[in-house]
Amino acid sequence: MTDQNKTYTTQTNTQTEGRSSRPSSAARNWRDRSAQKTFLVITVFPLLLISAITIGLLWRSWPILTQYSLQELFLGSVWKPDEGLFGFLPFIMGTFWVTVVGVVLAVPPCLLIALYLSEYAHRLTRSIAKPLLDLLAAIPPVVYGVWGLLAIVPFVGKVVAPFSKQWLYSIPFLAVNQPTGFSILSAGIVLAVMIAPLVISVVYEVFTTVPNDLRHASLAIGATQWETIRYVVIPRVMPGIVAAVVLGASRAVGETIAVLMVVGNVSQVPGSIFDTAYPLPALIANNYGDMMSIPLYDSALMCAALVLLVVILIFNILSTVVLQRVLERRQV
Amino acid sequence: MKRRWTRRRITEDLMKAWMLSSFVIVAGCLGLILWTVVSRGLPALTWEMVSQTPKGGFYMGKEGGVLNAIIGSLYLASGGTFLALLISLPIALYLKTYLGKSNWGHYVRLSLDVLWGIPSIVYGAFGFILMLALGLRASLLAGIVVLGLIELPIMVRAMDEVIRRMPADLEHAALALGSTRLEVALNVVSRQMLPGIITAVLLAFGRGIGDAASVLFTAGYTDRIPTSLMQPTASLPLAVFFQLSTPYPAVQQRGYASAVILTIIVLLISLGSRWISARLNKYTIK
Repeated sequence: MTDQNKTYTTQTNTQTEGRSSRPSSAARNWRDRSAQKTFLVITVFPLLLISAITIGLLWRSWPILTQYSLQELFLGSVWKPDEGLFGFLPFIMGTFWVTVVGVVLAVPPCLLIALYLSEYAHRLTRSIAKPLLDLLAAIPPVVYGVWGLLAIVPFVGKVVAPFSKQWLYSIPFLAVNQPTGFSILSAGIVLAVMIAPLVISVVYEVFTTVPNDLRHASLAIGATQWETIRYVVIPRVMPGIVAAVVLGASRAVGETIAVLMVVGNVSQVPGSIFDTAYPLPALIANNYGDMMSIPLYDSALMCAALVLLVVILIFNILSTVVLQRVLERRQV
Repeated sequence: MKRRWTRRRITEDLMKAWMLSSFVIVAGCLGLILWTVVSRGLPALTWEMVSQTPKGGFYMGKEGGVLNAIIGSLYLASGGTFLALLISLPIALYLKTYLGKSNWGHYVRLSLDVLWGIPSIVYGAFGFILMLALGLRASLLAGIVVLGLIELPIMVRAMDEVIRRMPADLEHAALALGSTRLEVALNVVSRQMLPGIITAVLLAFGRGIGDAASVLFTAGYTDRIPTSLMQPTASLPLAVFFQLSTPYPAVQQRGYASAVILTIIVLLISLGSRWISARLNKYTIK
């Protein structure tokens, strides 16, 4: 009995000696708590960054916001920095048109592909589609720009514009005045392909939140698969789909280099999708070089960035809040 | 069963055909992009392009290459990725082990999603403001900081996505044995997320190397390879952009060739991350 006790104590002794660094549970708890505090500080960082970006841009664009009325800035259509005229209207309209065309072109095929992948596709097709979409998302914007320059601009200039000139000229927004191919339509096509991977993957995620029981019930009472989609799946996740589209639009609003390369960059309020335009991001990127040489010019460009940021923040927060709600219902 | 051509049947087939054709169109766009860029750029892609820096008169069609941009881009993207990893790793671990589904976690995820959506030109403008405030000039350091900020949300999202799929049993088992949450984070979760970390790093690196609008403001452009953090540096996307905006066809050709180099790097990273995560995923518990 004593023997056994002895071996037991020596064993525990050797164990504690062997792991001399073994911490007490008080030390472990202290480490846990201090790690929690450190981590907490780091997680504040994203929130801090958003505020810092907003405040920084507001600070730099304050001079122009105080010297000009909002009406002059946002409804004025003359942009002559060296004469002190800063009218953002052409650029805002340019951004608006490019985004609308891009989203309108992207949404129908993206919805259909997402539906196909979630409702019809074989597991094998899905496993092929995912890497393809990842590749499409991985291609850098400037390469999209090169593609636009080499393929889309000539295509629009030589095929679509003459066609529209001959047949569709009387429809508003389709008149051809500048048949070079550098146009809102070209930028829209490039943007549509660029936002497609994002929209498809988000909409696909949204469709996977619909419980299979609902589909089975609908199919069991004799609906076809399309009727199931049309009357059961889509109505259930409509907010999620809208949010995904808004998310895609916010991505299109801020796209810079690819759009800049194909949109023509002439500051005018566009009247047709075959006109050239000059979106806000292109304005900032094209003029950063001489913005310190003319008074208020840098402030005007920062103000353009601020406008972009505000629009995107609104789009993003709305869509993200809705998407988080929708995706919470996903069965993991 | 005899197939009857009712209206419902036709709608069904029509929609399915429509879906398939959209799929083919988008996949075709991918092929078209790669084919267009490669077929125009490959003829101009010489060994000189990737092994030399620009010589005098390079932008008028004289000799030289874009080695400065290749090295500059690699510096920028590696630095940015390292910086982003330093911040995003604790955030991802904290989100999983400490916050879970709490309100604060909800806000942090929301803010990350919002950051993810801010375009790179706005980050560029913000970086420019930071540089003005700190009295810095366009430099490698400024470029790295801005790219790090851009890559941060991409990285945390990618990690969070992997951690979300981790079985809850693992964490519960470790907690039931008396581990603290920190020990769970460091010894259980971090091992499970190793493939996720590598995928996230490569994803962010690929995004960083392709980003043009932010480095335009912050990193500047130069023909030399930078030797210190305070020097300006060239980058591949800007090399493509600047060469295409010259009026000389020979220089434009080299712009296309630079685009091919960039595409190849990005594709290798994308395929590599897929391959690595497939291999490493064998060692995680599902």
